[in-house]
Amino acid sequence: MGAVRRSFAPWSDPSATPLIRAENVTKRFGDSVAVDNLSVDIFEREFFCLLGPSGCGKTTLMRMIAGFEEPTAGRITLAGKSLAGVPPYRRPVNMMFQSYALFPHMSVERNIAFGLKQDRLPKGEIAARVEEMLRLVQLEKLAKRSPSQLSGGQRQRVALARALAKRPKVLLLDEPLGALDKKLREETQFELMDIQHELGMTFIVVTHDQEEAMTMADRIAVMDHGRIVQVATPGEIYEQPKTRFIAEFVGDVNILEGHVLGQEQGLWRVRSSGAATPLTIDDPDEVLHENQAVAIAVRPEKMVIQRDPPGPDAVNVLTGEVWDIGYLGDWTVYRVKLGSGAIIRVTRANRSRFVESPIDWDEQVYVTFAPDAAVILAE
Amino acid sequence: MTRRLSLFNITSLVLGFAFLYLPILLLIVYSFNASRLVTVWGGFSTQWYVALFRNEALMEAAWVTLRIALLSAALSTVLGTLAALALTRYGRFPGRTLFTGMVYAPMVMPEVITGLSLLLFFVAIGLDRGFWTITLAHTTLTMCFVTVVVQARLMSFDRSLEEAAMDLGAPPLRTFFSVTLPLIAPSIVAGFLLAFTLSMDDLVIASFNAGPGATTLPIKIYSQVRLGLSPEVNAASAILIGIVAVGVATATFLSKRSTLRSQRNAH
Repeated sequence: MGAVRRSFAPWSDPSATPLIRAENVTKRFGDSVAVDNLSVDIFEREFFCLLGPSGCGKTTLMRMIAGFEEPTAGRITLAGKSLAGVPPYRRPVNMMFQSYALFPHMSVERNIAFGLKQDRLPKGEIAARVEEMLRLVQLEKLAKRSPSQLSGGQRQRVALARALAKRPKVLLLDEPLGALDKKLREETQFELMDIQHELGMTFIVVTHDQEEAMTMADRIAVMDHGRIVQVATPGEIYEQPKTRFIAEFVGDVNILEGHVLGQEQGLWRVRSSGAATPLTIDDPDEVLHENQAVAIAVRPEKMVIQRDPPGPDAVNVLTGEVWDIGYLGDWTVYRVKLGSGAIIRVTRANRSRFVESPIDWDEQVYVTFAPDAAVILAE
Repeated sequence: MTRRLSLFNITSLVLGFAFLYLPILLLIVYSFNASRLVTVWGGFSTQWYVALFRNEALMEAAWVTLRIALLSAALSTVLGTLAALALTRYGRFPGRTLFTGMVYAPMVMPEVITGLSLLLFFVAIGLDRGFWTITLAHTTLTMCFVTVVVQARLMSFDRSLEEAAMDLGAPPLRTFFSVTLPLIAPSIVAGFLLAFTLSMDDLVIASFNAGPGATTLPIKIYSQVRLGLSPEVNAASAILIGIVAVGVATATFLSKRSTLRSQRNAH
């Protein structure tokens, strides 16, 4: 997980004070609730991602921090001071807009200088700061151009430079990479992380792209229906999702539905229609009772596919036939149809260039996974 | 899409344009007539244009018309832009539908009625008819056209540009003058030109509200024609047509270009 910096975890320090704190914030538009009684702490120097499907309220939360919307209830504080009633032009927060919102009648240079001019800084200082920003985003040569003469990637950089120019305490980024193509998006992710680290600023990014969030964030808040369902590091979100929604939203996952049989030596035994024998799951933190309906989530890369039957001691054996094979170069994806009719996804890293008699379509196969590869999600 | 025109298309196009513009073309051609008789062609000459510029009564009327057109266009540009801002920016304020209707009403109101009601109003408040009453009447007439043009531009305006300006520290008024106004300026100019040309060639409302000492060019031409056709009037009309055509063409060009530019910048 990209951005996890060793020993940077202010959220686990109870004495640390957050830079931004949202307390029981609710925002209603007419009858619909965009943000529902939401509380979250964001710390200084943190790279924080708000992740969720469209309409989950992430953009509304960001716009409330920027000052374009006022909460219907609850309050947002910045460095201990309430932001209620403070207009956007008086908040020490800047935003990079999804559409970039570059002023089309101003050159790149004047776009970047706009915020500094509002502060009435001396001319020399403005020029120096603009230059510094242009260097930061590597656009020195395009200073005199107008935004319409720039490529999508260059516009994105101008928007970033303009938002950074005032050195805000917090930079808000609304889908910052949404309009870029895949290659550029990847490069830019790492650039954003470098810039954030270099300037020591707090970044709050709104995105619907889980890969983007996983790569860049120190912590991710997964949002759904106006609430935060889990706030955790990318690793925790991926490996210990709290709910089925998170497991399915972040990455690919196989869900096996079943009923709890009981606990043996700290391991849960679960009967699932997909498997002939009860499954053994190592998820000691869950508190479950007998006969409870549960969902078992297993990531495709944590499953092993094989042609030969596993030994008699093997646990968690599923049988089925190969329904589909997708060769992606680095990975091969197998879609396996189980006896129950459910289709699961298994991925295998292609470690060697040639495989003798590879697994083929319609073949009978065994799929196994280790007890600690799975997570039990209460239904 | 480039489709070849069929014979039928060409014929209907020619007939249509002929129906609309042949009389005007005839007027322009005859303004270069050497003969004093308006309906008999006597060779090419620009003498009537020379005579026109020597005709003090006509020149005086032209000067009044120009001043009225400039002033009323300026007034209706300010008012029309404000109305457009109110209609697009302030959401659903109470009475918005009524306000929209009232702004657009002069567009569909018979000019005779607009002219008459304004006349009654000016008489009631005791304002002497003349230069100012025509100017005010024309402002009433042309304001809605400015509103239409500016509103169209504001609708396609990316609001996040204004939000970005505020986010960067510009209070609302400064945001308006440094971001909104420069970007909608072409449509405001287009609205101004439209208002200007409408005022230039208005006869009905002007004749209701004109008084001694303030006669506009259309009124003058109309009254001269009643006394008999004169080639000078042809020349004056040809110039008027020229000014109006240039004004409307520029207005169309400006508003088209500003819409295009805003679309291009959105992506």
